[in-house]
Amino acid sequence: MSKVFSTAGEALGGLCHDGLTIMSGGFGLCGIPENLIAALRDSGASDLTVISNNAGVDGFGLGQLLETRQIKKMISSYVGENKEFERQYLGGELELEFNPQGTLAERIRAGGAGIPGFYTKTGVGTLIAEGKEHKDFEGETFILETGLKADIAIVKAWKGDAEGNLIFKATARNFSPMMAMAGQITVAEVDEIVPVGALDPNFIHTPGIFVQRIVEAKCEKRIEQLTVREA
Amino acid sequence: MSWTRNEMAARAAQELEDGFYVNLGIGIPTLVANHIPDGMSVTLQSENGMLGMGPFPIAGEEDADLINAGKQTITTLPKSSFFDSATSFAMIRGGHIDLSILGAMEVAENGDIANWMIPGKMVKGMGGAMDLVAGVKRCIALFDHTNKRGESKFIKACTLPLTGQNCIDMVITDLGVFERDKAHNQFRLQELAPKVTLDEVKAKTEADVIFE
Repeated sequence: MSKVFSTAGEALGGLCHDGLTIMSGGFGLCGIPENLIAALRDSGASDLTVISNNAGVDGFGLGQLLETRQIKKMISSYVGENKEFERQYLGGELELEFNPQGTLAERIRAGGAGIPGFYTKTGVGTLIAEGKEHKDFEGETFILETGLKADIAIVKAWKGDAEGNLIFKATARNFSPMMAMAGQITVAEVDEIVPVGALDPNFIHTPGIFVQRIVEAKCEKRIEQLTVREA
Repeated sequence: MSWTRNEMAARAAQELEDGFYVNLGIGIPTLVANHIPDGMSVTLQSENGMLGMGPFPIAGEEDADLINAGKQTITTLPKSSFFDSATSFAMIRGGHIDLSILGAMEVAENGDIANWMIPGKMVKGMGGAMDLVAGVKRCIALFDHTNKRGESKFIKACTLPLTGQNCIDMVITDLGVFERDKAHNQFRLQELAPKVTLDEVKAKTEADVIFE
């Protein structure tokens, strides 16, 4: 059974329905699976719970799914770049669960690794700790956080092969390797599919066991904050 | 004459030590990178997945796949490495980062910090701030001593929702430097900005601070 699909729409074929929990890789607009997000929008699936560090910007990335009201709930660490998000949240149309960024990353890692919960110091004494189990280890207080899983994880990688092996480029890696582990089905979009054997096994970031479907697609790769220095 | 933003960053840079791994927050803390003393090896961590952050790129050499935690385009250095977010926060939460310099809306005399939300206003999220203050070995809060209404931001107890408890080791404001005296569990004035008087800083500090 081939993992390779020719378009993002086909790569999500048969997977999308209402009420799914979706993990979507990326930090800001860096390393987001642009084409798979657009294909998810086109599928029309709604009432989605989306786990992603950020919520895109207006009209791009996850902002596209907000415009079409397909998202019921976001689980994120920072959502400050999106006016439509703010409007829907303040209007009570969108649920939001904030997680500290490290807690979010570790919850996803734990979910994918079969670890149902873990204790962390992050958030002790803050709103984040309310209602959570507290436990002392060696004189310090920690809170219990639970693992996160998803029905579908969509990630963006630099290079991949037909086995689903992935390597990521620079800081576009961010949450994607953990999300690939935590998705019941993980769909990867890559800049380039290379022949099996072309990727050095020493440098594979995500082994193919975590990736069920893969598609090569061209990304626009928008830059949020173009910052340059004098030559 | 109180310190400018750039002078505050320069003063914070004096807290760097050779070999340090450092995370700089968004805003004034980012400017600290411009004041790393010559010959000192300091490695900057960006929590979106990079150690050894280089300068901004020259126009035309920017790479959309290479950004810092403020989503600005950056460059690599020969020593740079990339990693995923869980590894990045293992550095932060596991106590491997030597120093975090971050902005603040309020810092309390007991070392509490609030810098992520104002109830009733749009909440953008805490990002990595709660992880940083809970996990990094030493945390310096860098902020203007008073708000736009002239009220102290260095106060007895935080009124805003906390980012972390009992976690700030040093306060640097436009008026001076305050080191937390662990033995007395209290901040102590260490240095005044040029031409700032003791009376002025006392008048603008609500926190119970040791001034002599």
